[in-house]
Amino acid sequence: MSKTEHQHNSQTCRDLLKSLSDYVDGTLDESLCVEVEKHMADCDRCQVVVDTLRKTVELYHDLPPPPTVPDDMRTRLFVRLNLEDFLVAGKIEK
Amino acid sequence: MVEKRLQPNLSLQALKTGDTAEFARMVDAYSSQVYHLALKILGDAKDAEDVLQETFTKAYRHLNEFEGRSSIATWLYRIASNEAFMLLRRRKPDALSVDEDIPSPDGDGEREPIQLMNWCCLPEEEFLSAESRNHLDLAIDELSPALKAVFLLRDIEGQSVWETAETLRISEAAVKTRLLRARLQLREHLSQYYAERLKELK
Ligand SMILES: [Zn+2]
Repeated sequence: MSKTEHQHNSQTCRDLLKSLSDYVDGTLDESLCVEVEKHMADCDRCQVVVDTLRKTVELYHDLPPPPTVPDDMRTRLFVRLNLEDFLVAGKIEK
Repeated sequence: MVEKRLQPNLSLQALKTGDTAEFARMVDAYSSQVYHLALKILGDAKDAEDVLQETFTKAYRHLNEFEGRSSIATWLYRIASNEAFMLLRRRKPDALSVDEDIPSPDGDGEREPIQLMNWCCLPEEEFLSAESRNHLDLAIDELSPALKAVFLLRDIEGQSVWETAETLRISEAAVKTRLLRARLQLREHLSQYYAERLKELK
């Protein structure tokens, strides 16, 4: 743990912060990736931020899709759109 | 990026010629995503339903103008987010003004990370609990509307940076800046919760 103390809060850590979204998305330039990884090897603090940021994004990506809208809301929507004829059709298709 | 939604096989040509059966299929394919996007932005079920109805009413009226340059989803999200933000401005006039013009990302714009506990290694079932899911929701609710919109489109709906920029009519650079800020804030929020869980489990 103590290896990070001397560069805790350093400018490098702050610079790295700006690249984190791209880094966890895998869209960061390769040369910058190397820099990020080199820094993380020496800085537990940034390693934790990257790990937990990646996990945060993963948790949201893995959420199940929202449930379909309730039947009564769907009915009101179809009525508003003059689509009453298709209320049943869509239900069966699901 | 995970492809979250299967694109239903809708015929653009049928849609544009006013085929109502095809339009009904489009409504069924996207109503749930449109509704939940509006609900997240507005935080009110009645308002979200109004946005849902307005979105598809406008979509039907303007289908002939849809060029297919973006996906139908992107096009619908744009209408929906416009409607939602219009309503939000009416409900809370100050909600958007504060961070509508976020300062350019060149300075040290990002807040220092505060939470530094590594909770990644928690057992997987911790992340699947109802309580955990609830915290994911709460964390989104705490984002400002501008950050929330970007995060919802990009990380929840799985839109690309370009599509998100198109939907919200902001630059791709602004999408990236807001996305980073949103994710960092969510990380702080979730860290508070999961760090507690980590301590309890030890
Ligand atoms: Zn660092």
